Amino acid sequence: MKTLKTGQRHQAGRRRVLKAAAATAALSGFGFPAIVRGQSALNVGVLLPVSGVQAFIGQSCKRGADIAPDVLAALGYKVSLKLMHADIESNVEVARVRAEKLINEGANVLVGPFDSGAAAAIAQVAEQKGVPFVINIAAAPQITEQGYKYVFRNFPTARDLVRNGLALIGDLFLATNMVPRSAVFMHVNDTFGQAMARGIGATMPHLTNLPFKIVETISYDRAARDLSVEVAKAKATNADFVLLVSRLNDAILLRREMVKQRWNPMGIISPGSPGMYEEQYYKTLGKLSDYPISNVPWYNPRAPLTAVVNKAFTKHFPKDKLMFHALNVGYTFEAMLVVANAYQRAGSSSPQPLTDAIRQTDIKSRMMLGGPIKFDAKGQVEGNLSAAVQNLNQRPTVVLPVENAEANPVFPWPSYKRS
Amino acid sequence: MPIDLYVNATLSGALTGLVYGLMALGLSVIFGVVRVVNFAHGEMMTAAMYLAILLATAIGLDPLLAMVPVGLAMFAAGYVLQRTLISPFIVRPEYAQFMLMIAVATILANGQLLIFGPNARNVQVEYALDSFAIGNILLDKVRVYAAIGALVVSGALFAFFRFTLLGKAIRACADNYIGAQVVGLNVRQLYAITFGIGAACVGAAGCMLLLLVDVTPVQGPGYTLLAFIIVIVGGMGSLTGALLSGLIIGMSEALAGLLIVPSAKSMAAFAILVVVLLFRPQGLLGKQA
Repeated sequence: MKTLKTGQRHQAGRRRVLKAAAATAALSGFGFPAIVRGQSALNVGVLLPVSGVQAFIGQSCKRGADIAPDVLAALGYKVSLKLMHADIESNVEVARVRAEKLINEGANVLVGPFDSGAAAAIAQVAEQKGVPFVINIAAAPQITEQGYKYVFRNFPTARDLVRNGLALIGDLFLATNMVPRSAVFMHVNDTFGQAMARGIGATMPHLTNLPFKIVETISYDRAARDLSVEVAKAKATNADFVLLVSRLNDAILLRREMVKQRWNPMGIISPGSPGMYEEQYYKTLGKLSDYPISNVPWYNPRAPLTAVVNKAFTKHFPKDKLMFHALNVGYTFEAMLVVANAYQRAGSSSPQPLTDAIRQTDIKSRMMLGGPIKFDAKGQVEGNLSAAVQNLNQRPTVVLPVENAEANPVFPWPSYKRS
Repeated sequence: MPIDLYVNATLSGALTGLVYGLMALGLSVIFGVVRVVNFAHGEMMTAAMYLAILLATAIGLDPLLAMVPVGLAMFAAGYVLQRTLISPFIVRPEYAQFMLMIAVATILANGQLLIFGPNARNVQVEYALDSFAIGNILLDKVRVYAAIGALVVSGALFAFFRFTLLGKAIRACADNYIGAQVVGLNVRQLYAITFGIGAACVGAAGCMLLLLVDVTPVQGPGYTLLAFIIVIVGGMGSLTGALLSGLIIGMSEALAGLLIVPSAKSMAAFAILVVVLLFRPQGLLGKQA
């Protein structure tokens, strides 16, 4: 048997203490609670649009929920989550019905649904039934401004998205020494798109550092089969660039139509909407997917939690890369983290103690960019940050803020040429 | 706004409208002869689109050419569907027929969802992003080709019903069911052939439409509704009416997008439907009951 001399014993002891301290620090950083109790599984109703027009994004979000048990175990959580998945079919009414069904089937808490309209509908059900609801992604401000007691959101409101997104547009122009004078604003006309449009209308007049004016606003149907008229109308404005609030399918249609109509503005910039950084966008458009910029809440590639999530993601989905699902997986996982963290502290799956525990959440070490996950009186987390993510070499690449940038921004974009 | 913008939109809408017209022709043929309202029309077209995708993926067949094998496959499927499933319902009340076709639609949509998953799929042809330029007017190549394809298929269908014996026999069934039986026509067989022809039409339209839009398993009801609007506006059972109505709906959608707001495009089709139902309930080219 190997024996240790006194000095070595001291060294080994010090190492052990340091390791233990590091582990404790890491776990406390992840919000590991002080008291661990034996608890039964918490039924988590996960409502996502796994089919319909938002299917791709819904499935992407679902991965964030699916990996949660593994990640939580790796973080040292002792609680068990039982996931009850429900497909809201990209339909607000279905979302409402599915939420009720999940609660009737014993869901202790609801998570989801990547859509403002659906989130508003589920929030009403959650309030009526007194079941906590943690929103992963949905930006319409009114959801957390109704005085709801059981609704929590760890995602920026449309106003914050717009404010962060427009500020990054200013930074982009500074970084590239470009001064575009006009933009055509195109947006989907669903709850999210309209909230973003209102946010832009309210914020733009106060941002004097932005050199451009919006010369025309064009709204369109989220499920549009064809955007030829919209693009023709936008092209006729001769705007320098396109300010776009999109979903996924329409973002693809729009890019194709721009090429067909031989319209080559300086670029497409989203002040904070999905679509252009999704894997399906790259898969469908290939080289044509390059250069649009999305100013969106993004993950911190250097955060310790990101490494843990990435490991679990790679294990569960070996053919995929986290970067193509970053926002969806990141925020959905964080919603699960909030639930697990609260459940462990509450020691109960009863609605009221669980809701109270969620309200007192304070998770400092997180995956997404921004301050701690801490809900205000309205149930809203303030301080989520955005990054300018540009499609370069058919992958999302952070180009701003400078301290997180993986590459320099390309603006204006080069003309599209057929290979 | 410059005038060429309106010309562009009108032409583009007309080209899309021709494909819509072909899609609605299938519905019109089936209703005009078999007198069954095909609630699974959109789902059948979606199935045809997936078939075209499979052919494009497996052997690199352009959807324009795929409309021949897909049309044949859809004819066979339509024929079998009518002979086995729909035929017993011909003499049953209309609500029973509706429920049957809705059941077929649901099974098709969910089957497609199971097999192909929920993501949007498409076929990338080499000319997908090209356009013809005539002065300031740009015409999307795929739209032009799709419209030509729709015109060719529609022309062939008109010729079939007008000049062939089989076509005349089917028209006889549509005009007078008892009379057709009295003169010895095999009505059951002719109904199945008609359903097959309607399915083949929708198969061809699906191939054309695949050049213009992506396909998802849940898109069926939207297209079924559009086909109903076109058929009602054109006149139930009128083939020329369906094509004309498709043109009108396509152009009105495009112009409504320009003149009102783009998000009101689909509203235009419903507005036309309401006006037609108010002032010409039999449809533009339909016969008064």
